[in-house]
Amino acid sequence: MSTTLTTVAYLLSGILFILSLGGLSRQETAQRGNVYGMIGMAIAIAVTALSPGVTGFSVLIPVLLVGGTLGAVLAAKVEMTSMPELVAILHSFVGLSAVLVGYASYLDPSTQLEGVERTIHLVEVFVGIFIGAVTFTGSVIAFGKLRGSLTSKALALPGRNWVNVAMLIGAVALTALFVGANGHEGLLFLHAGTALACVFGVLMVLAIGGADMPVVVSMLNSYSGWAASAAGFMLSNDLLIITGALVGSSGAILSYIMCSAMNRSFFNVIFGSFGATASKAAPGASGPAQEATSVSVLETVELLRDASSVIIVPGYGMAVAQAQYPLYEIVKALREKGTEVRFAIHPVAGRLPGHMNVLLAEAKVPYDIVLEMDEINEDFPGTDVVLVIGANDIVNPAALEDPSSPIYGMPVLECWKARHTIVMKRSMGSGYAGIDNPLFYKPNNDMLFGDAKKNVEAILTELRGRAAHAA
Amino acid sequence: MKLAILRELRAGERRVAATPDTVDRLKNKQGFEVWLESGAGLGAGFSDAAYEAAGARVTADRKILLSEALVVLKVNAPELTEVAELPSRATLLSFIAPAKNPELLEALRQRGVSTLAMDMVPRISRAQKLDALSSMANIAGYRAVIEAASAFGRFFTGQMTAAGKVPPAKVLVIGAGVAGLAAIGAANSLGAIVRAFDTRPAVKDQVKSMGAEFLELSVEEDGTGQGGYAKEMSPAFIAAEMELFRAQAREVDIIITTALIPGRPAPKLILADMVELLRPGSVIVDLAAEAGGNCEGTVPGQLVTTPRGVHIVGFTDLPSRMAPTSSQLYGMNLVHFLSDIGGAQKWNLNLEDEVIRGALVTHQEQITWPPPPPPKVVEAQKAAPALPAKAALSDEEKAKAKSRQSALGLALVSLALLALGAVAPAAFVGHLTVFVLACFVGWQVVWSVTAALHTPLMSVTNAISGIIIIGGMLQISGPTGSAVTLLGAAAILFATINIAGGFLVTQRMLKMFTK
Repeated sequence: MSTTLTTVAYLLSGILFILSLGGLSRQETAQRGNVYGMIGMAIAIAVTALSPGVTGFSVLIPVLLVGGTLGAVLAAKVEMTSMPELVAILHSFVGLSAVLVGYASYLDPSTQLEGVERTIHLVEVFVGIFIGAVTFTGSVIAFGKLRGSLTSKALALPGRNWVNVAMLIGAVALTALFVGANGHEGLLFLHAGTALACVFGVLMVLAIGGADMPVVVSMLNSYSGWAASAAGFMLSNDLLIITGALVGSSGAILSYIMCSAMNRSFFNVIFGSFGATASKAAPGASGPAQEATSVSVLETVELLRDASSVIIVPGYGMAVAQAQYPLYEIVKALREKGTEVRFAIHPVAGRLPGHMNVLLAEAKVPYDIVLEMDEINEDFPGTDVVLVIGANDIVNPAALEDPSSPIYGMPVLECWKARHTIVMKRSMGSGYAGIDNPLFYKPNNDMLFGDAKKNVEAILTELRGRAAHAA
Repeated sequence: MKLAILRELRAGERRVAATPDTVDRLKNKQGFEVWLESGAGLGAGFSDAAYEAAGARVTADRKILLSEALVVLKVNAPELTEVAELPSRATLLSFIAPAKNPELLEALRQRGVSTLAMDMVPRISRAQKLDALSSMANIAGYRAVIEAASAFGRFFTGQMTAAGKVPPAKVLVIGAGVAGLAAIGAANSLGAIVRAFDTRPAVKDQVKSMGAEFLELSVEEDGTGQGGYAKEMSPAFIAAEMELFRAQAREVDIIITTALIPGRPAPKLILADMVELLRPGSVIVDLAAEAGGNCEGTVPGQLVTTPRGVHIVGFTDLPSRMAPTSSQLYGMNLVHFLSDIGGAQKWNLNLEDEVIRGALVTHQEQITWPPPPPPKVVEAQKAAPALPAKAALSDEEKAKAKSRQSALGLALVSLALLALGAVAPAAFVGHLTVFVLACFVGWQVVWSVTAALHTPLMSVTNAISGIIIIGGMLQISGPTGSAVTLLGAAAILFATINIAGGFLVTQRMLKMFTK
């Protein structure tokens, strides 16, 4: 296939990727968008395989088959609740690929460049590998945190911002040494740079508290794009540059959208070490005198049966307990007897943006009763019962009432304005961000302790039993 | 452009088509030369002097009033004698009831008058501000409760007094249109226990929001008809409905009926035997009296009391009984309509406009009623709350600050690019151009994503970032077994997992989104 044809085909697949991202911004066009993406990718791979420079089919085809099968199995097996982990680990693959491509590009004997062009190429290689490595280790740590194999608390080194600055200076210095070295002698510096990037990625994500994970995942998404783009620069491949930039900028926008939903700046999320200050503030704010009242499943059912309007606020706890199916059964039972039931979704509920929507969609909850924070916040005062399931920080009144709270100023679901709130929680232990929640001590709030799924199922059984009895 | 407001001739009518307030708007905002027939506003409590102060010219002589008038405003349909007085080519705005008044339509056609029937305004969102029927229905619903309270000898609200306990009144509202909802609201705020029934299940939430209990039948049938009205129901449904009313009649003190089906006599819902079931002293207010009444004992225009002492209110002039308010609201409906037509300066009876076309019943010596069927539109939502306007304002302030920042940023970026362009080779600059443009495209495309789709979007961008596979593919064609080939192959493997996994999982997720 001629070079012009390749270029035109790349253009086509670039356009398809743009249409794909555009399509994904609305429900009606989302599926089509995904198909565009697949076609674009298929074209890109096919055209590259047929381009004159590529001959290693004996390697390419088996690897494609193995990788494709692995990916398909992964996609088919994953639970919707572990979606965040999957996305995180897939990001790490992109980062790893970028590192590998970078090394290969450096070692490739066929690239012969002189003067400024060589310098630029080497800088591109170094930057590509650096971003790739940060993405890789960062995603692995994010994966660990999301799975719970690593603690979700923010782990910040003392003076870590200085450490970060030192590492960045180190990276710049290594780049200079690497570019200055003759032949392939720079490999040592490249290794050092990679190691530095790996450490950097680990520290960066370790320092971010659980509540900020959605932002981090989407930031890593952005990084994986930049890594691909850097690879495009070193290989002089426009399609890689375009696609990488698309992914990079869209990921950055997504992080920005989420940060503004939390009323915090991006810089603050990444460098603010939010979780650390939070855990310090927690015990002082609550005081020992306050006590939360707890209710039984039976009392909860009574409240729900008497209510004419109910709002359910789901959080990560619902995802963990897989409680969305029985929950929707409760919703159906309540709606049958004429109760108005709606879901209120905070923009950062869960561990991925839109996480709750995906889970509720999985349970076939119609999306017109699933409302966003802005749509529903003013309806709380007229609501009889609010059921908070596995959510904590997003319903924390301290965000509005307590200027000393680390989450002060973050928009939250103002559920305490309803007549009655019930918080379903495992224990009184403070939430994911490590902040105490004054909601628990409000006079119109009751706690329903225990496993979210078991409790939801118990409520459902009781609700149905009563309904049958009444009929 | 001369605009004339006529005095209403119908006996007992107190309303008028303009108040001093609306005259002021017509004159000063829209540029009409406003003339008013002397005494037109007296019934509603507006003196000629008040109109003159607002800028109208007042005359008792209809000849002077109507000569060269291009717009004529009225409340009730004109008498045939009045039509002869209208200048030909003038545009008349008033209630017309074209279905009941074929002679009137013919007279208007012959006279060459363009007639906009305020009762024919299409009930679409855009036309809500000129929907005079809703304005009047709202008033009628409120007044119905007041009439009921006046005929009813007891409190609406339950009271525990030192002298003993007074039970609250129970009110049943049948038909939850605009009038019904207004009645629910008024009765509720007087302290009564309010129940409501409607054949259209969709109004249940509205009923509840006004504070009434929504009564339901075991028979399922949706009575939603065209234009926000109900349609006629099946016999089985009507039988169940009658049973419900019979049961309610034993309990309630006040029944307010508002059931109308366009172009038909009002359905008989409260039969003679149900009237007998009501306690003495109970009140029925029949808002459908003009269309024959929902109650069998209704006498249009009168309050009758059965031998058992049940009062049946059949007044047909409820809006007129609140003439100051109804004149003001009707006058504002007219002001909005005239403003939609373009006011005096840009007057244009645009037949392409759905609202104007719908209301226009005679035009250029043609009868243009009924209008062609409207295009099928999804029932529009009620007017959105005023919230977006507020958000827009603060956005504007933010935008100002932002534009300053971004101008600075842009300048810095341009400088950096220029500096780079001075030293970098052409190929690199080419790539850079592509890169920067792609960043902007990504930025624009993703900006409007709905929050619910964040996860699928992220997983699709993740799949797309698997494009790094191309990098690997370009590197595996060296000698087999070399470091470069191995690295490339590993890169392809990971990227492929990513691509396949990303796209397929997105597909899986998107399939779940159902309405």
